[in-house]
Amino acid sequence: MIDLGRRRRRLDTTALVYLALLGVVVVGAVLTAASGRNFFSTGNIIAILTLTSTLGFVAIGQTLVIIVGSLDLSVPYVISLASIVGGGVMAGQTGNVVFGVLAALGACALVGLVSGLIVTKLAVHGFIATLGMGLIISGYLATNYQGNFGSAPRGFQLVGITVFGPVPLSTLIMLGCAALGVVLLTRTRIGHQMYAVGGSREVSRLSGVRADVPVVVAHVLCSVLSGFAGLLLLARTSVGSPTIGSQGGYDLMSIAAVVLGGTLLAGGRGSIVGTIGGVAIFAVLGNVMSVLEVNSFLQDVVRGLVIVVAVAVYARRAIPRRPTRFPVRAVAEEAA
Amino acid sequence: MSLVLTHDAAQVPAGTAATEPVLRARGITKSFLGNVVLEDADLDLVPGQVHGLVGENGAGKSTLMKVLAGVHQPDAGTLEIAGEERRFSHPLQAQHAGISTVFQEFNLLPDRTIAENIYLGREPRRGPLVDTARMQRETAELLASLGVEGLDPGARVRTLSVAEQQVVEIAKAISHEARIISMDEPTAALAGHEVELLYAIVRRLTARGVAILYVSHRLKEIFDLCDTVTVLKDGRLVASRPAAELDEATLVRLMVGRTISAFFPDRVEGTEVGDVELRLAGAGNGYVDGVDLEVRSGEIVGLAGLQGSGRTELLEGIFGIRPFSRGSVEVGGRAVRMRSPRAAVRAGLALVTEDRKATGLALNQTIAVNALGVVRAVFPRNTSQARGTLPGLLSSLEVSARSMDQEVQFLSGGNQQKVVLARWLGTTPQVVLLDEPTRGIDVGAKRAIYDLMRALAAEGKAVLMVSSELPEVIGMSDRIVVMRDGRVAGELPGGAEEVEVLGLATGAAAEGMAR
Amino acid sequence: MTSTSATTTAVRRPLPEHHGSRLRRFLGTLLTPGGAVFVLVLALLLAVVASNPGFGEPERLVRFLARSAPIVIIAMGQYFVIVAGEFDLSMGSVIAAQVVMAGNLIGQDDSLILPVMLAMLAVGVLVGVVNGLATTILGVPSFIVTLGTMLALSGLVFYLTGGAATGNPTETFRDIGRGGFEGVPVVEVLPYPLLIMVVLAVFCVWLSGRPYGRTLVATGDNPDAATFSGSRVWLVKTQAFVLSSLSATVAGIILVGQAGVHPSVGRGYEFIAITAVVLGGVVLGGGRGWVLSAAAGAVALDLLFTLLNFNDVPSTWRDTVQGVIIIAAVALAGRAWRWGNRLPRALRRPEADPDSGPAADPVTDPEVDPTPPARQGTNK
Repeated sequence: MIDLGRRRRRLDTTALVYLALLGVVVVGAVLTAASGRNFFSTGNIIAILTLTSTLGFVAIGQTLVIIVGSLDLSVPYVISLASIVGGGVMAGQTGNVVFGVLAALGACALVGLVSGLIVTKLAVHGFIATLGMGLIISGYLATNYQGNFGSAPRGFQLVGITVFGPVPLSTLIMLGCAALGVVLLTRTRIGHQMYAVGGSREVSRLSGVRADVPVVVAHVLCSVLSGFAGLLLLARTSVGSPTIGSQGGYDLMSIAAVVLGGTLLAGGRGSIVGTIGGVAIFAVLGNVMSVLEVNSFLQDVVRGLVIVVAVAVYARRAIPRRPTRFPVRAVAEEAA
Repeated sequence: MSLVLTHDAAQVPAGTAATEPVLRARGITKSFLGNVVLEDADLDLVPGQVHGLVGENGAGKSTLMKVLAGVHQPDAGTLEIAGEERRFSHPLQAQHAGISTVFQEFNLLPDRTIAENIYLGREPRRGPLVDTARMQRETAELLASLGVEGLDPGARVRTLSVAEQQVVEIAKAISHEARIISMDEPTAALAGHEVELLYAIVRRLTARGVAILYVSHRLKEIFDLCDTVTVLKDGRLVASRPAAELDEATLVRLMVGRTISAFFPDRVEGTEVGDVELRLAGAGNGYVDGVDLEVRSGEIVGLAGLQGSGRTELLEGIFGIRPFSRGSVEVGGRAVRMRSPRAAVRAGLALVTEDRKATGLALNQTIAVNALGVVRAVFPRNTSQARGTLPGLLSSLEVSARSMDQEVQFLSGGNQQKVVLARWLGTTPQVVLLDEPTRGIDVGAKRAIYDLMRALAAEGKAVLMVSSELPEVIGMSDRIVVMRDGRVAGELPGGAEEVEVLGLATGAAAEGMAR
Repeated sequence: MTSTSATTTAVRRPLPEHHGSRLRRFLGTLLTPGGAVFVLVLALLLAVVASNPGFGEPERLVRFLARSAPIVIIAMGQYFVIVAGEFDLSMGSVIAAQVVMAGNLIGQDDSLILPVMLAMLAVGVLVGVVNGLATTILGVPSFIVTLGTMLALSGLVFYLTGGAATGNPTETFRDIGRGGFEGVPVVEVLPYPLLIMVVLAVFCVWLSGRPYGRTLVATGDNPDAATFSGSRVWLVKTQAFVLSSLSATVAGIILVGQAGVHPSVGRGYEFIAITAVVLGGVVLGGGRGWVLSAAAGAVALDLLFTLLNFNDVPSTWRDTVQGVIIIAAVALAGRAWRWGNRLPRALRRPEADPDSGPAADPVTDPEVDPTPPARQGTNK
């Protein structure tokens, strides 16, 4: 037998993300305590988890899209669309909740389908396809809905406010979606194909994968998950709003959370578990900044910096193309 | 277990007399745009045997392999597999028919695990879910059946060495129930002890009745492994004999011996070999080591060696693309540290790269923009002067195009290469590095480039040329430096015999069976 | 190689600069996306005049162009970044930052105009340098970098202003955006923004023909080839980012006069600029397109909005129009450039060469070792 037993483990990216999360929590707890509050109070935990749930939905979807090598910039508008369609169909009637949810998610799925087809069939990069798609929806919403529209019945509003101990129901639903997403990516063929297509279209094709399918599926799922986020916001605010998505800056925040979670922006590598870690980091960061009463606009500055630094750090971790034959001794060493 | 080959071929013990061939190719002919690269080639692959395919660069080996793999469709000829005539229009069809090919560049996803790569697109399932445990188990069994231990099926391919990736490629090939596996220069990137691993795997495969087509330049491997050897020359089959009836000298004689002398222009009258323009001492980076090299003005030095021997990497080191981390470089007698191509250009170097489409040209730009590219980037003040001499330069290079504002993507390979040369000549370099300067271009353009090289030498420039075509190296070089495994293996005078160059490059002469 | 076919005998004459008659070249250019946009501008102009004849008067046309000036200017700035293969999404925030800076620092003191304008240009250079270096040296994709700077800058602007209109710069400064030379024949008033726009357009065309401009386009086309020929890709691209944020600065100066001092001035301008540039036939990913086509794309976009306006389409549909244009233009442009430039088949020389022609595929190259070029991004 030939023994190739020689393996050197490097710290897993996901572990790194949760280590960073731990660090942020510790620092956050100290800072919060310094301002005379308790970071771990039930109220504060609920506040943090509530922050994670909306962004979490979007970020899970964004993870899928980024893994297949695309991108979704239309999420804020899809969120608004879901909130408007859901609120409009429900119109305050408890009996309409199911129709409202289905109509909203259906509309979102359609948007995702169109984006996916533009990306695959017209060969327009996801960045442009979804940017255009977002603008199209934004024009539609701005033209037809000047203010709030429709409303969520009381029963539906409960989704937004029910809490089990320190854990909101919405967070549980989001984590459920995350779990399903993990299963999808790691335990189904389509999930494996998503990674494969994101890694290399050509290799996938030569292995008999129909390369367009995973891309379209990822776009549809991302839009539907954004629809979940929109419905959750509808439940919380009780009225449909045409601008609720763009106010939240979900496009950028979701991409940031995904990248922070260790998913490669170029596609082919990444995990939902890491993304949830990234979402949690942003939630804790946001919570601590509001507790410390940092101006909300300055919070944007911090987020912008975090994003660029996170991507830069991961770009640094890139590895050389070809393995070397001889040791590459540092030039400095040579000079010494 | 899905991987055990249950074909009756598997029962054939290795080394016995030939049985019915599992693959029979007859009269395979292939040409590209009127350029015949493979003519009337026959090939029989027998279960349980290794069939070596040898020939110089351009002999048609890769084309034949690609025809078998379904990448190319032959213009004429038939393919029979297990007695049944087949035609492939896509690589997948060849794979389904039992032919798997291990190309030099791997078809693996670096960020996926070994198991995921092997089973991509046909993952075993239980219900709707992928049966990960089974996938891992079967991968482990597959690797074990190749005699490989210590590879974790869950390890990402990125973390593997080249040799290990090669193992995964082969495992992927046999997991398709391949009856025929063809390997293109499988040892090109392997170190000595890793070659042993490959040998062991090949022997196991043949023991199971797989027919193997083995393409290699390394004659030692051919004699170590192969039962039968087919020699191609200039697209035609020269010989197909049992390996036992051949020896190294005979094989090399069969491979070489084109009538070439008339084709290469003589040295220009009055060319004088002068001072050392480029000197490397102990130069090394991750790919080459301890290289000592001198090129004098008026001299053309050929750099020969096998694929993966470090020739291109040496040029890249000199030119600052992969800067040397050891040793010293002198240009025109002055020590320089080339940290970037820009520094190299400023020091008076020029590099015509191996792949002009990837690293030589901006394909969407015009001839003029490309030809002035280097001057504009590095010596912008000289632009208008270079602009003025450009029409004359292009016509002296015999660039055939309609005008200077034609985009280079619409030019033929030969004319594209002339544009690449034009962009460097505009900077009047003192040392010209050429990496496979005549690859993929027609005969007329080749001749023009040879003439140009002679003219450059006559002007007192130092020329260092990498080439995989032995006749070219021998016909053009004043001296030949041969590389092997990242180091200089030896130096030969111009006009040396091809056998000598091959001997140094393969290590056949120097080390023999010592490895 | 084994080629036995004869090659064409070389004709020793200097290679001509161009081929075809002047007229043919002109028509050929109009067929490329970069040329077609000028036809589009003309068609849209006719359509606008048809629906509102008053628009055709020189005076109104000049005023229209003056109002389009900021968009045209940022489209030309964005052009340099896009043709180099990158994106600049921070333009809108740069405009907002500059507008707020001008509004608050100049105040009613005319003598402060010059120093503050210099400071604004310095800020523009700084933003461009940050964008450029983060993209090239840190290796972060430019759209992430510039989204980051966009977020950071606009956050800063809103923080400093509290989100409301603040500051009221002196009339002299505002005149840059809304004043002009009076008493000019035919058009009566020659607005300053129009003049600035024309001067900048001339500058951009000049720059495009300089070694820098050519190197920039070649870098966008093939960065590896540019590196290997000695270009400093990092410097070339960073300079493009600086040009882009400087153009946003100039647009900001004009917008102070045209739109006032409010932190939301400039919002969405980055997408308008990108739309204009792709409408001008500039290929995303770099390497193709002309700066004047980008400018024409901006004019076409503004004419289109005007046309919709005259036909009582609510202005809220603008986003949708933009979205459709972006997708359609990007889907078409990549292919259309080939049609425009492709030689008629009869004129192409048959050559015994395996890799001639644009369709040449590495796989069909005989005996070329199959080492792939460095892995490219997917679905580009």
